[in-house]
Amino acid sequence: MRIVVCIKQVIDPEVPPSEFRIDPQKKEAVQGRANLVISTFDECALEVALQVKDKVPETTVTALTFGPKSAEEALRKALAMRADEAVRVDTDRTGRMDPAGVAQVLASTIQKIGGADVVLFGREGADFDSAQVGQMTAEALEMPLITLATEMEAVDKGIRARRHGDDGWSVVEAPTPVALTITNAPVNVPRIPKVKDVMQAHRKPITTMTLDELGIDPAILSEAAPVEMEELFIPEVNNQVTIIEGETPEEKAEKLAQAILALKVL
Amino acid sequence: MPNVVALVFAPAGQLPASAFELLGAGSRIAAAENVPLVAALVGSSLNDLPKQLLAHGAVEVYTVEDGLLETFQPDLYLLAAEQAVQAAQPQTVLLLHDGVGAELGPRLGARLKGGVVTDVIEIVTEGGVRYRRPVYGGKAMATYAVRRSPAVVTIRVRSQEPAPEQGNAEGPIHPVAVTLDPQAAKVKVVERIEEEEQEGVKLEDARVIVSGGRGLGKAENFQALKELADVLGAGMAASRAAVDAGWVPYAMQVGQTGKMVAPDLYIAVGISGASQHLAGITGSKHVVAINKDSEAPIFKRAELGVVDDYSKVLPVLTQKLKELLGK
Repeated sequence: MRIVVCIKQVIDPEVPPSEFRIDPQKKEAVQGRANLVISTFDECALEVALQVKDKVPETTVTALTFGPKSAEEALRKALAMRADEAVRVDTDRTGRMDPAGVAQVLASTIQKIGGADVVLFGREGADFDSAQVGQMTAEALEMPLITLATEMEAVDKGIRARRHGDDGWSVVEAPTPVALTITNAPVNVPRIPKVKDVMQAHRKPITTMTLDELGIDPAILSEAAPVEMEELFIPEVNNQVTIIEGETPEEKAEKLAQAILALKVL
Repeated sequence: MPNVVALVFAPAGQLPASAFELLGAGSRIAAAENVPLVAALVGSSLNDLPKQLLAHGAVEVYTVEDGLLETFQPDLYLLAAEQAVQAAQPQTVLLLHDGVGAELGPRLGARLKGGVVTDVIEIVTEGGVRYRRPVYGGKAMATYAVRRSPAVVTIRVRSQEPAPEQGNAEGPIHPVAVTLDPQAAKVKVVERIEEEEQEGVKLEDARVIVSGGRGLGKAENFQALKELADVLGAGMAASRAAVDAGWVPYAMQVGQTGKMVAPDLYIAVGISGASQHLAGITGSKHVVAINKDSEAPIFKRAELGVVDDYSKVLPVLTQKLKELLGK
């Protein structure tokens, strides 16, 4: 079984709001002192793929990214986690890239590298939180889609996955080829690569492709995209908290109860 | 003639709790663009549901009704939705950003070759319709314009005023003939897993939520939280730290990596307020925080706060509210 995991390199989403800055002209976050990391849910998706490989060693796990040269670091990390192959589609664009365009790039790349039995995505990017690329890539590849999965295994002619939907947990099955978006759960906390594997990852090849080779017009990523992000801003917070004072916790609690009632929502 | 189409899914004849919010959002867009608001309703056992949508502002309803749509199955729902929406001649398609809408919205947008915006919390109508949504885990906001019709937009649950009932439930109802092939259903549910989840209130729809974090210290301490939740008829939630510690199940997690909630009242107990948690409560009307650390970021979001040991505050708060509410 060949699993392709689509990953994106992002500015560390754990940057606290006090240090978070944006560039309103470029309409993107400013990196500042933050690290570049694999987007949170994408790293969980890698873990899900590698767990399949742990059980069935013939599984091939390919990490695929669409991003600038710096995104090779994300692929090195994936290789250090013991993904088998790494592919990068090159772009020097920064800022928001339209999800419909990104989906076309990923789908074309997956076809060019010989297809996949399973394509995994994080449930949403840890930058723009759009949750569109997985769905749209599945459409482009005409694959069925399972969203919000936390783990999967290979079964006869398909896969079985556990997912967390609106109505709670369920186990679902689908025939391959199939696409899944992965959400975080204790079961897919990403593994920490071993030092030896980190060293070896630096010697492994990374296949690089260009949009030209894929026959894709880069304009679909922004100028000719169906959606334009017109504005990015940090909303002003003029929140005033009323701290309830009192001699004892009990007194505070009684006053708080009155104050909650005064909100008139109960 | 192009329409604003509110796409509503009703498996087993059940309208989602936020269906009329979609019509509320739709009516504002329709007024701004000067086009009619219609509804597309996809499901089974629809009975009087089309009339309910007419009574809440849709001027026409397109329906796809099929026994195969008794439970949500993504492949069949997508096929049915595509047909229903096409029949309704969309300029804009609105879906709820619940699990189903978030899954199908982008796929539908790709099929219709339109422009997709997801998880919208604000619709700007001055000088053309624009869609606003939180990005970077709630640390920033972005405003989007759709350049290619149809716009396919998913709307965060409880972010919009629901359309009021207008009394007049008259209007054309157009059944759309769709032949669904059971073979087209690729994704199959083979097992539903019951969990020891809190009974009753569904977090996404909850009007009141009581939520606990790392400050609670251990699983047993969620019992005190449950007593307050019972008095208020509230949903029980937790921060990621409490879920990661294994104190409560994942289904209770609120935040960027859990559920997005928008209650009228959110009571955060022992929650510091990491940005990824605050991202999940963006739409909450009133936030109350109880935390012993006065510097905790949650107080930057809260309207009312108590700085003290929650274990001393909570029992008295529960008792007092019980008295005041006459329970």
